[in-house]
Amino acid sequence: MSEHIVSRKLYFMVFGGLMIGTLLTVLAAQVDFGAVLGPNFRVLNDVVALTIAVSKALLVILFFMHVRYSSRLVMLVVVAGFFWFGIMVVLTMSDYMSRGMIGQFPK
Amino acid sequence: MPAQPHTEAPHGAHAALAHHFDNLEQQREAGALGMWVFLVQEVMFFGALFLAYIIYRTKFPEAFAAGSNHLNWKLGAFNTVVLICSSLTMALAVWAAQVGRTRRTQVLFLGLTGLLGLTFLGVKAVEYTTKYHDGLIPFSGLFSPRGEVHFPADIPLPNIQMFYWIYFAMTGLHALHMIIGIAILLPIMWRAWRNAYSPEYHAPIELFGLYWHFVDIVWIFLFPLLYLLGANFHATAH
Repeated sequence: MSEHIVSRKLYFMVFGGLMIGTLLTVLAAQVDFGAVLGPNFRVLNDVVALTIAVSKALLVILFFMHVRYSSRLVMLVVVAGFFWFGIMVVLTMSDYMSRGMIGQFPK
Repeated sequence: MPAQPHTEAPHGAHAALAHHFDNLEQQREAGALGMWVFLVQEVMFFGALFLAYIIYRTKFPEAFAAGSNHLNWKLGAFNTVVLICSSLTMALAVWAAQVGRTRRTQVLFLGLTGLLGLTFLGVKAVEYTTKYHDGLIPFSGLFSPRGEVHFPADIPLPNIQMFYWIYFAMTGLHALHMIIGIAILLPIMWRAWRNAYSPEYHAPIELFGLYWHFVDIVWIFLFPLLYLLGANFHATAH
């Protein structure tokens, strides 16, 4: 049993995907979704930018970093790391974003 | 596979197999796992800075857009392309060792990776110099925008200064990772030239590749979050 060797062809395809993602993220930033669709859609700029960035990161992690072909144990460590970051952001922001609400409750 | 307790490698085992591992497969797995634990620590390390970014950007959205407009997104995009190319050459360096290509091929791909890394750092140095001349270094006393730089008057300057604190902290630590990466790359190139790496043993190249790709991933997020906060609106700058 030897390690899985990713073909050069797949590496070049991943490289192409990363280049296309970079181009898309630059193009999407030229559009102000808030001005085009209304102020409620301003957040779309961030949603689009982050969706592309996460897709690019996944390509790098799965193929360049071989996680797609790694053991379940390695996958678990990778997922746990990013999941922890998610916990930190969600809990912290739920605190920051709810601070103004305290006054709305009777004493 | 049940573990075979033994204190020394069985006769005829590969020279690269450390005695405390059963086989090369297990040794490789342990190395990758250890490197990933280190990288998860790096996720926590950069994660705290990304959290600071999210908090202050939520607090000062206009100041962040104004500050972002004075970053040169074309240089940022160029550096993104440079780093993606370096990730490709790094992946090909690992491939060359895995399939047993000559030391010349291995050193070529590793060298290209290092050169692209230096290109990235060179562009970064140009950007930092421009920020210095424009008075955008966020230390108190140094932060006084001048020259071509004009921020909207209704945005408090300290809020824009906070954007530059976060910009320099994040890109500075990222650049430090690149510098450390290139410093680690040099002895790996030296050993590759000495024919140290083979299809059976190439852990240093493989694990260094994980580190290099991780640094690339950090930049994949930094580029849109810092440089592209509305390149086309709040159109006050160039």
